[in-house]
Amino acid sequence: MTVESVFPRLEALLPHVQKPIQYVGGELNSTVKDWDACDVRWALMYPDAYEVGLPNQGTMILYEVLNEREGVLAERSYSVWPDLEALMREHGVPQFTVDAHRPIKAFDVFGLSFSTELGYTNMLTALDLAGIPLNAADRTTDDPVVLAGGHAAFNPEPIADFIDAAVIGDGEQAVLDITDIVRAWKAEGRPGGRDELLLRLAKTGGVYIPRFYDVEYLADGRIARVVPNRPGVPWRVSKHTVMDLDEWPYPKQPLVPLAETVHERMSVEIFRGCTRGCRFCQAGMITRPVRERSITGIGEMVERGLKATGFEEVGLLSLSSADHSEIADITKGLADRYAEDKVGLSLPSTRVDAFNIDLANELSRNGRRSGLTFAPEGGSERIRKVINKMVSEEDLINTVATAYGNGWRQVKLYFMCGLPTETDEDVLQIGEMAKNVIAKGREVTGTNDIRCTVSIGGFVPKPHTPFQWAPQLSAEATDERLTKLRDSIRGDRKFGKNIGFRYHDGKPGIIEGLLSRGDRRIGAVIRAVYEDGGRFDGWREHFSYDRWIASAEKGLAGTGVDVDWYTTRERSYEEVLPWDHLDSGLDKDWLWEDWQDALEEVEVEDCRWTPCFDCGVCPQMDTHIQVGPTGKKLLPLTVVDN
Amino acid sequence: MRGRTGTTDEGLSPLARRTPDGPPPAPTVQRIRLRYTKRGRLRFTSHRDFQRAFERALRRSAVPMAYSAGFTPHPKVSYANAAPTGTGSEAEYLEIGLAEHRDPEALRRQLDESLPPGLDVTDAVEVATSNFVERLEASEWLLRLPGVEPAEAEKAAAVFLAAEAVEVQRMTKNGLRTFDARAAVAAMEIVPEGSALAGIGDDTATEGADDVRTGAPCAILRLVVRHATPAVRPDDVLSGLRSTADLAPPVPAEVTRLAQGPLDEQTGTVTDPLALDRAAAEVGR
Repeated sequence: MTVESVFPRLEALLPHVQKPIQYVGGELNSTVKDWDACDVRWALMYPDAYEVGLPNQGTMILYEVLNEREGVLAERSYSVWPDLEALMREHGVPQFTVDAHRPIKAFDVFGLSFSTELGYTNMLTALDLAGIPLNAADRTTDDPVVLAGGHAAFNPEPIADFIDAAVIGDGEQAVLDITDIVRAWKAEGRPGGRDELLLRLAKTGGVYIPRFYDVEYLADGRIARVVPNRPGVPWRVSKHTVMDLDEWPYPKQPLVPLAETVHERMSVEIFRGCTRGCRFCQAGMITRPVRERSITGIGEMVERGLKATGFEEVGLLSLSSADHSEIADITKGLADRYAEDKVGLSLPSTRVDAFNIDLANELSRNGRRSGLTFAPEGGSERIRKVINKMVSEEDLINTVATAYGNGWRQVKLYFMCGLPTETDEDVLQIGEMAKNVIAKGREVTGTNDIRCTVSIGGFVPKPHTPFQWAPQLSAEATDERLTKLRDSIRGDRKFGKNIGFRYHDGKPGIIEGLLSRGDRRIGAVIRAVYEDGGRFDGWREHFSYDRWIASAEKGLAGTGVDVDWYTTRERSYEEVLPWDHLDSGLDKDWLWEDWQDALEEVEVEDCRWTPCFDCGVCPQMDTHIQVGPTGKKLLPLTVVDN
Repeated sequence: MRGRTGTTDEGLSPLARRTPDGPPPAPTVQRIRLRYTKRGRLRFTSHRDFQRAFERALRRSAVPMAYSAGFTPHPKVSYANAAPTGTGSEAEYLEIGLAEHRDPEALRRQLDESLPPGLDVTDAVEVATSNFVERLEASEWLLRLPGVEPAEAEKAAAVFLAAEAVEVQRMTKNGLRTFDARAAVAAMEIVPEGSALAGIGDDTATEGADDVRTGAPCAILRLVVRHATPAVRPDDVLSGLRSTADLAPPVPAEVTRLAQGPLDEQTGTVTDPLALDRAAAEVGR
């Protein structure tokens, strides 16, 4: 059965839409395989605009891992903007892949990667445009298995109505295992239909099938328990962890789009996981343990990737890049190797205490020395103890002093507002810190022209973190606190003009909080928002707080719970959390102790450098920390043939 | 990230300028003019998109580019008169500055291989003359009008050509603008089905899909339009055909630029803008 391209029909619509290039595919290093020569076919979607979705590393990695397999095909899809959506509905053009413009409904698996919960409404748009029933229960054997992954999938309950399956953790090996199961089931003539396929997936213990679990509630609205409703379905579903990143050097051939995207660089993940233990950070909690890519593995990926793409910047990605055990040799080696080629290096996440000026000098050697960014996250020493961000103001001031002394003149600082136990005073300290940074900069450089930008995000408590029990600060209180901070900065005659202020208002954070810690009852809310026209909720011009609140009232009517119940309510030790049956490896008792430590302002060390503190992940998942140093160096010229 | 939910920026004025240290960039020793295409689905590439793709192709194929000075050195590339997004083209031009000498034809092949199919580099000559942009006096366009009978288009063209002036309107950055679309048109004719020209611009049925238009009538219009100010685009001529002769294509026209260069007023044809450079190269040999 050959599946026809929808491109001729789509093409007629493209002259009428903004930035049509994002819908035509044809990216450098993209792959179009013969449909009939493959027996397992994946459509991979990043449910946001192409410009955000294309550079997504997760999608790019799985696309390549799958397409490298004989008989397996993967194509990509992104959210279409409302202008094209309207035309597609009018002309009956279904949601398509950009690779060969095949309709999503024709694939075996429709995998969606959720970095954020704000993509949920876009999933519903895509399903509807694809002609796939929104409710998983209404699907037949002709519909693809709708599979969610990404960090948000660690609590898939709010989208349990719409997905058939979820995978938590690293996807590389998981997609191949799922492929084998789908292939076997198809080869046997699809015995037992869709139900049997999902059951086979569930029995592996590594694929969560929401329909095989019943959720029972207490009279007060809390969850009583979550129970498997089929024999053979495990009580808990495990996350996937890939060990030895050097065995997974993906993406090998990164996609190079014609359209402009948010990250235009050759990205190499230099390690996965983080054990710094910042209590607000879901990524750091759910990706444990730390697994480093070796310095030589990194060197080979950069060399091959630059040749394949022509990018002018290399991004060394991880949750805290300066923590790689050989980061100095990596940056120096790469800066030496590409000095003539005008290739810039960037380290998107750096900690103040892991940062040193030699590193910064290497990073800026082949490019600009524009600005340095650090994330103290909390303004006061006290709140930094609460969140376990072990950075002292002295560390920060010393670091920026060296930076200013070496020619930098702009520092950007990231903070959060609404952290547990936070007071106005903690937030006002942010302004004081910025002033101290500028004062130090003026002192070191002898010029008054020194800048410091503070960028503030609202804190959203996330599942699988010690703050999963914490009350979220209301939107009103967040806005009030930020106004006080702004007034104190603007009112300062000596420094006010040199401090930039970038902040998020509290409302979107509340909706993110609702979706992050929501349960299955939130599905009705998401659906109501979608039906009312909600799309692209990660975008300021599309997000509507009022629509979410109105839809929540409608969707939660009769449940006895509301938005505040999900967001600003503190949970107790005994409460069954909606994601307790999804096993991230973290011991719930350890998380609770860490939450109590937070309230007592007690800090926890990093297990890379101190003895294990029993978070539970390594024994539970049968994994271990993998860090260097390897002692190897990057040679000036490594010829990589592959 | 631009436009993400709920961010408010209270910005700062830019920092005072600094000057970069280090040696100045290598000088330009040779300039090459290139002709390239935007074909098939890649006609939806905007000019900015093309620029980025081209500069990456230069890096992938290790062309010894000359760079501008400054903190963010840019490879020396200048573009001439890009076709609008969504319009195919067989004749776009650009010029690059090299820090080392290269054989133009070898360079052309190298770049062509490095660019995605559809963005094809079709000609290259070493620069020997100036005023290249002034030489681009006119463009030859081919417009496929699916759903329009050739005879109907023929009549409309006659009406258009007989008019003294044809006022059209277009939304520009400065608001709605009214201007004459007639004077700039040096030639307009209907190309018979089956002629050599008729096949060009019809390579849109990518990925082996059937052309859904097969079987439907399709008029093919050839235009020669002078590069004037304000610029008269094929779209403007179509608005003129609509206003003077009620020609209303049911679906958007597929437009392809076939050539741009000096205009031979006698024959109403556009000639090769690289001819002078090519002749100079021959003499040099």
